[in-house]
Amino acid sequence: MDRSLKRIDALIREEMTRLLRDWRTLIIMLCTPLLALLLLGYAMHLNVERIPTAVADLSLDARSQRLVEAFAVSGSFDITMHVESEDAVLQAIDEGRVLAGLVIPPGLATNVQRGQAQVLVIFDGSDTLTVQSGYNAAVSIAQAQSMRLLVEKMDRFGLRGARLPIASSVRVLYNPDMKDLVFLIPGMAAMLLQFMSLNLTAMSVVRERESGTIEQILATPVRPIEFIIGKLVPNILLTVTSLATVILAGVFWFGVPFRGNVWLFAWLSLLFIISGLGLGLVVSTIAQTQRQAQQITTLLLMLSILITGFIYPRSAMPAPVQFIGGLIPLTYFIRIARGIFSKGIGLAFLWSDVLALATYVVVAMGLAAATFKKRLD
Amino acid sequence: MTREAAILAQGLTKYFRTRGGTVCAVDGVDIAVQRGETFGLIGPDGAGKTTVTRLILGLLTRSGGRSAILGYDSMHDTYAIRERVGYISQQFALPPDLTVLENLRFFARVQGVSPAEQRRRIPELLEFAGLTQFTGRLAGRLSGGMKKKLALACSLVHEPKVVLLDEPTLGVDPVSRREFWNLLGNLRAEKGLTISVCTPYMDEAERCNQVGLIYAGRLIASDTPQAIKRLVPGRLLEFTPSQPERAAARIERMEGMLEIQTYGLMLHVFVDDVAQRQAEIVAALATEGIACEGMREIEPRMEEAFISLIQRAQRQQEDTAHPAQRPEEGP
Repeated sequence: MDRSLKRIDALIREEMTRLLRDWRTLIIMLCTPLLALLLLGYAMHLNVERIPTAVADLSLDARSQRLVEAFAVSGSFDITMHVESEDAVLQAIDEGRVLAGLVIPPGLATNVQRGQAQVLVIFDGSDTLTVQSGYNAAVSIAQAQSMRLLVEKMDRFGLRGARLPIASSVRVLYNPDMKDLVFLIPGMAAMLLQFMSLNLTAMSVVRERESGTIEQILATPVRPIEFIIGKLVPNILLTVTSLATVILAGVFWFGVPFRGNVWLFAWLSLLFIISGLGLGLVVSTIAQTQRQAQQITTLLLMLSILITGFIYPRSAMPAPVQFIGGLIPLTYFIRIARGIFSKGIGLAFLWSDVLALATYVVVAMGLAAATFKKRLD
Repeated sequence: MTREAAILAQGLTKYFRTRGGTVCAVDGVDIAVQRGETFGLIGPDGAGKTTVTRLILGLLTRSGGRSAILGYDSMHDTYAIRERVGYISQQFALPPDLTVLENLRFFARVQGVSPAEQRRRIPELLEFAGLTQFTGRLAGRLSGGMKKKLALACSLVHEPKVVLLDEPTLGVDPVSRREFWNLLGNLRAEKGLTISVCTPYMDEAERCNQVGLIYAGRLIASDTPQAIKRLVPGRLLEFTPSQPERAAARIERMEGMLEIQTYGLMLHVFVDDVAQRQAEIVAALATEGIACEGMREIEPRMEEAFISLIQRAQRQQEDTAHPAQRPEEGP
């Protein structure tokens, strides 16, 4: 046991020395998540605002002006052009000068009286996020206008003090200001953990195999399990450092609240990191060269971004895609991270995801141990 | 009571499964290296030298036979062997981004050498390998010869009784090769180390006590270098004819010519009787208008013996592959 620990210690020191020696890579690895966080925090928004919009107001009456104003003050639209016809709006979108257009046909006020007014909102459909945000904004602006007209009309018919029968009041739990970051930071921390643990492990094991060092190390009394531990511990340290950076920056710099139990989060993160390392070991047994390992981890990164619920909700995906997502440990940890981080819930609500992760760890480690032999064949 | 050999292989066999079926890489190899001896495993590329070494060390699973080092079975006592044996793999494979000193310390720690012992042995090994001035240099930046010396130093850091070296001087310049072998000579003399070394170089084979010649997975000769050289029949004539190809073709048809080997423009001809055949060759070539320069009798070296034995093995293999040519033996 004592000799075994000494060998593990030697392997850890070796790996640490090599990590620190390649300080350029180390700095890139530690800075990338921070850079990604800054980009998300300052430059990227899932909710698009100030969409450049062209207006073709063919009515030019009081009603139409109020509608245009409503669009302008909503904040979702930035009216940058006034044109004379629907064709001119389409042309402006074709030319890429605006992303949306509002066309008000002649005689809006008259048609409103008759109760059959129509306005046309046009979007540049090549940009989905813009369409989504703009569509929602346009619909709610139009509805609000209609309500007001309805209430005015009822007033005029003598129903003074008329009210709408249902006053909907919406309360968004956990993220009242609907900030993207509250949603993204826990997911990003999770994503980062998986990427680093997976990548570091796969690369460092494949590198040993590619350079032939593994034969020289196998010829010493080092046991396969000692080799695996010796490789993993430095990678865990590095990943934890990165995780701490992202979380501290998220909480203290961007003011994203951490509502749950920090220790619970830490222990489950460790479990998740180990599942990522296990996945990395599995990748390293498939990949023969560092290039192949890189390709496989990139593929997993893509899948992780798209189908684990990091950005797009899993409930909207078809069953086979959900199944594939279920094979990636990130899927479970994203729910855990958001649960603890933003909602402040505990194990009572998260036990099924934790169980899935634990199963994952056991299976991946078992696979890795079965593939790492004391011989070359 | 006979002491068991330090390195032992009996009927050692290895099959590799490939897409095309099963390939026999090592076919019933017998080796016995006594303590303190230096054994050279020689053979052409792909003959199975590396596979034999890995099998004896327990780095590969053997398919049949027996193999052991210092009485420990390669398959069952793998870790006992790995604690007591030094090994240099063919590919230079020390971590290239560790310095000379870090590499030595790493292998010392992994082998469980105590810090006090490390302080004593590492400077000794650095001195021995001539690397004292280069302790801070990255292993990946050393010259080919220095890399091999570092690998040797690393494989000796736990004071093994046996070392297995797989082509340790491949891609190393002649001067460094000589230095490396001088180091091995010192080790044998001072520490009584048992050494097994794979090499394609014949001059290195001559520096071993015992030589095993491996061809197509089979050990076709195993003896002292002197005895191996005596396996070659007849005596050897060396000369440079003006038209080597035509000369070789002509001599092949003559009586008493046992074997012809070509070395660039030179011919080496094994004959049964030097005095008689020398004159016959000169006369026969003269009728074809071919001049012979510098004809003399030389002592067969390992190289001639090696080629002769391999040619013989090739002929035997062809005979067994085409039994129709020898109908008297049946299929």
